[in-house]
Amino acid sequence: MHLATYLGLLHTSLRTLAGAFREVAKGHGEEPDVRSTCEVLANRLDGQVEKLGPIVDRYGEHRESEPERLHAAEFEQTRGGAVGLLRDLQDLYALASFTDITWTVVGQAAQGLRDEELLNVVSSCEKDTARQLAWLKTRMKQSAPQALIAARG
Amino acid sequence: MDRIADVWGPRTPHGRETDWPVRVDQQLADGIGESDVDRWVQSACVLCSNGCGCDIAVKDGRMVGVRGRAADIVNHGRLGPKGLFGSWQAHRTDRLTKPLIRRHGVLVETDWDTAMNEVVHRSQELLAESGPSSHGFYTSGQLFLEEYYTLGVIGKTGIGTPHMDGNTRLCTATAAAALKESFGSDGQPACHADIDLCDALFLFGHNMAATQTVMWARVLDRLAGPERPRVVVVDPRRTPVAESADVHLAPLPGTNQALLNGLLRAVIEHGWIDHDYIARHTLGFEELKSTVEPYTPEHVAEICRISPVDLLHAAEIFGTSRRVLSTVLQGFYQSHQATAASCQVNNLHLIRGMIGKPGGGVLQMNGQPTAQNTRETGADGDLPGFRNWDNEEHVRELARLWNVDPLTIPHWAPPTHAMQIWRYAEQGSIRFLWISATNPAVSLPELARIRDILRKEDLFVVVQDGFPTETTELADVVLPAALWGEKQGTFTNLSRVVHLSEQAVEPPGEARSDLDIFLDYASRMGFRDRDGDPLIKWKDAEGAFDAWRECSRGRPCDYTELTYEKLRGGSGIAWGPERLYADGHFPTAADYCEDYGHDLLTGATVTPTEYKAQRPDGRAFLKAAEYLPPHEQANAEYPFLCTTGRSVYHFHTRTKTGRSPELRRAAPEPWVEMSPEDAAELGFSDGDVVLVESERGSVEVPVRIGRCRGGVVFLPFHYGYWDVEPDGHQRAANELTRTEWDPVSKQPLYKISAVRIRRT
Repeated sequence: MHLATYLGLLHTSLRTLAGAFREVAKGHGEEPDVRSTCEVLANRLDGQVEKLGPIVDRYGEHRESEPERLHAAEFEQTRGGAVGLLRDLQDLYALASFTDITWTVVGQAAQGLRDEELLNVVSSCEKDTARQLAWLKTRMKQSAPQALIAARG
Repeated sequence: MDRIADVWGPRTPHGRETDWPVRVDQQLADGIGESDVDRWVQSACVLCSNGCGCDIAVKDGRMVGVRGRAADIVNHGRLGPKGLFGSWQAHRTDRLTKPLIRRHGVLVETDWDTAMNEVVHRSQELLAESGPSSHGFYTSGQLFLEEYYTLGVIGKTGIGTPHMDGNTRLCTATAAAALKESFGSDGQPACHADIDLCDALFLFGHNMAATQTVMWARVLDRLAGPERPRVVVVDPRRTPVAESADVHLAPLPGTNQALLNGLLRAVIEHGWIDHDYIARHTLGFEELKSTVEPYTPEHVAEICRISPVDLLHAAEIFGTSRRVLSTVLQGFYQSHQATAASCQVNNLHLIRGMIGKPGGGVLQMNGQPTAQNTRETGADGDLPGFRNWDNEEHVRELARLWNVDPLTIPHWAPPTHAMQIWRYAEQGSIRFLWISATNPAVSLPELARIRDILRKEDLFVVVQDGFPTETTELADVVLPAALWGEKQGTFTNLSRVVHLSEQAVEPPGEARSDLDIFLDYASRMGFRDRDGDPLIKWKDAEGAFDAWRECSRGRPCDYTELTYEKLRGGSGIAWGPERLYADGHFPTAADYCEDYGHDLLTGATVTPTEYKAQRPDGRAFLKAAEYLPPHEQANAEYPFLCTTGRSVYHFHTRTKTGRSPELRRAAPEPWVEMSPEDAAELGFSDGDVVLVESERGSVEVPVRIGRCRGGVVFLPFHYGYWDVEPDGHQRAANELTRTEWDPVSKQPLYKISAVRIRRT
């Protein structure tokens, strides 16, 4: 059964995403809403990792060794300036989309297995992932015109 | 009668469902008797959001006093100390009477042509260079409706910038946000007369005795009469309001959401809810119920540091009183999870089916006298007429009304909120900032930062005000403005009551009304509509009011029934019915609502598709949110939490009230208030001068031992630097506050700054 591979993937990508939200919070401290919201979302991702724990205990997890396959890219370093913020949020969006679809895939397996515990975890975590994506999109839509048209430097 | 000592005046007790007796308050200048007054000119007071109807006494072309209007539904003749002393006295002193322009680093007097040409030149230069997004407009809750609407049209389509907001962002943004999230649109559901009818009154973070003194006098008259309503107060300080309470809950700053979730849980668990109303008129009950489930009295008591018994007692009063009136103000609006917590107050009323009922409803309060108009007319981060920026048809309506291309009206995202406008100015992408009738160099958080932004070489700052202020000092061009009594216009109070304020006297020197200044700018800029005609087609206040009536037609804030003629004589008149939503039908239909709403934890916007899928169709939203710990916490280095607020004798940054001798004497200097236990532990006595420091800055003030709960200190926010010798910046409370805001309403969090205190 390859579910263990996907659980490993999910586990890693959730941690990567939480780390990336923390990195952006730190790197863009002068944008207070970005800092505080990224911290809130990172803490909630820790909660997702925690919820995944008992599932991993049951199915085990298999970490993929080849990084270019089944592995969310590590978040590098935050960028500066208005356009830099936009790009960092876009990177977060890409990472969050990756975990989003990974939850979907795991959720499909949970349905096939009639695993109610896993289904509940998926359903609560999918809501939170939707929240991450919605916030990132909202914040990027707000920043984009100013960053791309009016910002200097 | 000394109305400085006796703030609320003598009692006129009355019982439930009887009329609030009339009591006419009057103040005339020394040596002036009633027979000396040449004429009385109709107006309403602009020194808080209550909007008391009044007449201005005029003698020899000067304002010499003020008198409450007996027939007005808001105040039945009364006025508070600020209205009696602060409204008319300041007009004589220390005014800006000529435009100023910065030359070689110094502000010098100039004429209107030179000043306006400089403004227009810079404006056109920047439009050509980097387009409309280089412009920001930061206005007020102090102008008149006609002025805001004119400014709104100038900014939103003349220039076409999304960067418009008011200091209303600091005072009532959360009221508007909570109303939009729950009911689909801004608009106050309850009215003043509900005070006369209620069986229980809940004040959430609202020290009404200091913020709206005449409204509190109305409550005191109920408390002194038969069938006294029960009172519950949520405030970390033992305010005069809390002293009148049956239950006083003093939660730690930043924990309102936990407290409200606890109240909701208790009300639901005891079955004090209206199942039929919930089923017919609301959405989201199951999610609300499951979200509040973990908030047991014990759990909440631990988070908020309150007694679980008091919490249950408060819930019982809410759940079992026949008619409950709630009010909400800055203790919620300027604190952590502001919109979420304010929405929970709406939820309490919705699950009891108690909105729009006589004596049963909610007042999401305003702070400033004309803040409602900033919100209605689109001079802030909204579109005019409570239109929805995310609804293409609403934008097209405006474009048709103004005869412009819809593309000129920015609507790709919500209009930019004030804190973000200042950030763009700091980063240099906004390079033209026009500030009208507000004093951000004292009123915004983290003042050292604000001063730095205003001083930036590449930021052109226009400031329009009646007095020299800490902000005009940092401007490139200063425009002298006429004040209340010196110009004509209307404004709308916290319960949607519209008053006409007539011009009583001429403005001093060369000062002009804000409306005339905006019209002059529009004409010099040559703003045109699609047919090449002038964009702004009105020339005076009444013309602007009539244009606004058309703009509001068919929207929730429909003014078409109101005219200047109807507003003359008698009482102010509310737009809409006396109470909104009496039939349980809310403005949530997708094609009608002002906003599609947000996620309360992050502020992520709900998309039109998601909104429509919920099919709200007139039902209200029960929006839920869990409690999150605030980012700013007391710690070993900064062990106290500081909240800021007002003195009953002052308004804002004291530009008017600080120039009234009586009010000035009543509260001449700032102070820091703390609990007797904390003072004893630090070895402070009353009057000891101490240094209050946060990570951002510090103030040096005397200690006043009194009203705070343990671990919490309080600073009044009124005091700046215009009336003291320059000796550093150690007086304004906002030296200490933090640049952070609520994710939904974007209102700054003034009520929660970690500080330490030591003797100087």
